[in-house]
Amino acid sequence: MAKFIKKESGDIPAIGTASLPDIVFMILMFFMVSTSMRQTERKVKVVLPQATEIAKLERKDLSSYIYVGTPTNQYVAQYGTESRIQLNDSFRNTDDIRDFIAAERENLSEVDRPFMTVSIKADQDTRMGIITDIKQELRRCSALKIMYGARKGK
Amino acid sequence: MASKKTPEINGSSMADISFIALIFFLMVTTMDKEEGISRRLPALPTEEQKAEDQKVNRRNIIEVKINSNDRLFAGNQPMDVRLLKDKIKEFLTNPNDDPNLPEKKVEEIEGLGPVTMSKGVISLQNDRGTTYSKYIEVQNEIIRAVNELRDDFSMKTYGKKYAKLDSDKQDLVRKAVPQSVSEAEPKDVKKKK
Repeated sequence: MAKFIKKESGDIPAIGTASLPDIVFMILMFFMVSTSMRQTERKVKVVLPQATEIAKLERKDLSSYIYVGTPTNQYVAQYGTESRIQLNDSFRNTDDIRDFIAAERENLSEVDRPFMTVSIKADQDTRMGIITDIKQELRRCSALKIMYGARKGK
Repeated sequence: MASKKTPEINGSSMADISFIALIFFLMVTTMDKEEGISRRLPALPTEEQKAEDQKVNRRNIIEVKINSNDRLFAGNQPMDVRLLKDKIKEFLTNPNDDPNLPEKKVEEIEGLGPVTMSKGVISLQNDRGTTYSKYIEVQNEIIRAVNELRDDFSMKTYGKKYAKLDSDKQDLVRKAVPQSVSEAEPKDVKKKK
């Protein structure tokens, strides 16, 4: 009875790997679509404060980022432990915000300029003094749309 | 004679190659969501506006202050953050027409008809020493109060929650229940130090 010949005993057949590239490609595509390139190297420690009533930023490409926080360990020797402002890749003062905003505005197309959002990502232990200075400076360069970065919580 | 067929490319290393590409993308990209509290800063006031500001009726303003020790005061009373939301809601709705709470006005909104709106403005003031997390916490409570009022309003008008309305109706509700928060000029804050 040929039908009932036992298969070669015990051996587990190897799993076919022919579809592995496709699977990996799929994951790859997912990551390419859902993530964005890291644009700047974070030089300040930022732990965003928690909030419940947060809204999503609609157009990521129209936003500029201002990071505020204490310098990370490797920069402490150079810049101290006071809260600092990071624009693009370097530590800056409030006076530099004007140039930064002007440059960011220049990068956008004319149609999009009124919708530019400045996202302030500040550490939760930052004192408001520095934030107030930033806000005043932003008002002076009439970049009025802002967003206080926060993470969902509580 | 050599066969004319081009030899097939060996595809077994495809998995490895795409793994490398995958790992590259995992390293250089971020997935952090852009979330936060949206605000519109007021434009720098001109001289005329400064004079006008002082004319706003006292009863239409609630001052929410946070001092340098992160203590919260609302309408000159010390207050716990958890109670702020109800205070703001009471302030903005003025259910019993209290003469100390803000006036109301009836305004015609296209698509909604006449709507009773509060003239109340929340003035948020902070010290230079206030921590950012406290500030956001208070902002959050104010937004929550306004969001709940919007929910109430849209329940009354459309029988649906605000979040479930389509965007045109959301715009109308936003107009009817504005988020009138003024973030004070910092120089006022310095004086109070």
